[in-house]
Amino acid sequence: MASSKRKMTRRTAMQEIARGAGAACLGGFSLAALVRSASHADARALRPPGALPEPDFLAACVRCGLCVQACPYDTLSLAEWGAEAAVGTPFFTPRQEPCYMCRDVPCARACPTGALDREIPSIRDADMGVAVLVGHEDCLNYKGMNCSICVRVCPIRGDAITLEPGEVDGRKIMIPTVHSRHCTGCGTCEKHCVTGHASIRVLPRDLGLGGPGRNRAGRPA
Amino acid sequence: MIGPLISESRRLSLGKRGWLRSHKWWLLRRFSQITLLGLFMLGPWAGIWIVRGNFAASDIAGLVVLADPYIVVQGIFGGAIHAWPVLSGAAVITLAYLVLGGRAYCGWVCPVNIVTDTAFWLREKTGLTRDRKLDRRSRLVILAGTLFASALTGAVAWEFVNPVSLLQRALISGIGFGWSIILAVFLLDLFVSRRAWCSHLCPVGAFYGLIGRGALVRVSATRRSACTDCGACFNICPEPHVIVPALKGRGSPLILSGDCQNCGGCIDACPVDVFQISTRRPWLQTGAAE
Repeated sequence: MASSKRKMTRRTAMQEIARGAGAACLGGFSLAALVRSASHADARALRPPGALPEPDFLAACVRCGLCVQACPYDTLSLAEWGAEAAVGTPFFTPRQEPCYMCRDVPCARACPTGALDREIPSIRDADMGVAVLVGHEDCLNYKGMNCSICVRVCPIRGDAITLEPGEVDGRKIMIPTVHSRHCTGCGTCEKHCVTGHASIRVLPRDLGLGGPGRNRAGRPA
Repeated sequence: MIGPLISESRRLSLGKRGWLRSHKWWLLRRFSQITLLGLFMLGPWAGIWIVRGNFAASDIAGLVVLADPYIVVQGIFGGAIHAWPVLSGAAVITLAYLVLGGRAYCGWVCPVNIVTDTAFWLREKTGLTRDRKLDRRSRLVILAGTLFASALTGAVAWEFVNPVSLLQRALISGIGFGWSIILAVFLLDLFVSRRAWCSHLCPVGAFYGLIGRGALVRVSATRRSACTDCGACFNICPEPHVIVPALKGRGSPLILSGDCQNCGGCIDACPVDVFQISTRRPWLQTGAAE
């Protein structure tokens, strides 16, 4: 161009620098945003009740937030960049706010896409995850005390978590034991656990359960 | 007092037709954009639930579900089997834009348009006129890329970065790191290339542009014989190439390109009232090339 032959004035120099800085910011921010989302979006996100399996969910959900707005307890939120779920998708963090298991499941009924099962018959059929006693070294019941908060707050009391007798170092203890068939993953136990970080946490089922075994021929044992 | 703030491309029109007539369509567009966003923000921020959801999908007063067809199409490419409400909602929106002009979404609804218009205005004011020329067909390539990526990943791929969704979600649901993407778009439009995002790269606009190819509502260069070649319409237009055939051609005076946003910028900027909003009337066989 003719302009590049001319002596560079301060004005054009400033403009060049500004343009360079702008383009650099653009690249930097975009990349940072992507890396952030990629490194944080992992399999730990808990979905609202009635959610399709994660791969199907990510295709069906349009990120409209109708489920979030339908929740009367502000449990759900849409993931921003850097949250644990894919950006824009609904999730909840039980330690902050668990699912209160509304009987009419307003979040799932509000979903226009089918990413949440609009016809879910009962909140008891929800499968948000499964509670797992991950920190038994800190669990007060394991230390021989009778905390049992997780058992007492459970909305599916008597079914989802029970106290089972056990023995540690010759002492009789009562172990909080989750029954995955009944647990919906609402996270009320995680919310109320008295240890620093919750000793009992809700995990997606594929993280929280061992799964059925297979014999050496590859057939279900 | 506001003199220095007025964009250069409106000056001729301003001198001849006054402030209101040189900003009429701009005002209407901003009113539309802010009102639509405001309706969605009323619920979460003020507890007044007239509409729920956001631009991706919404529930209008419990009566009708609307949905963004582009996101739904990506979902379909990703293998989703959608429920009925979102499909009918996407169909309603598609029909609406078939009438109003696909890219009316860009000019009249999308909040990023305000960001990029501001960048363009600042670019004009600061004299950042040199340009990295981008190909305006890049957006079609990106559009194809997003559909391909959706098919590969089985997810709504563009929603992982889409600044259009990020901005309206940030305003409706809360603020997060997503602001950096909006800033990136602003800086891109300001420093790198004229109208880079909306007119060259955005696949959402490209998608609506495809819908808008047969749209009924169109801008018409009805009085093109009065044109003084002042260039105001080309300067203000986000897609200047759409004007040429209508203004300088011998065929239909209607701006037929799907890229036209029906933003009315040319109507505002023209000092001699060449342009007006009109409609394509295939059933009357008018406006056909002779």
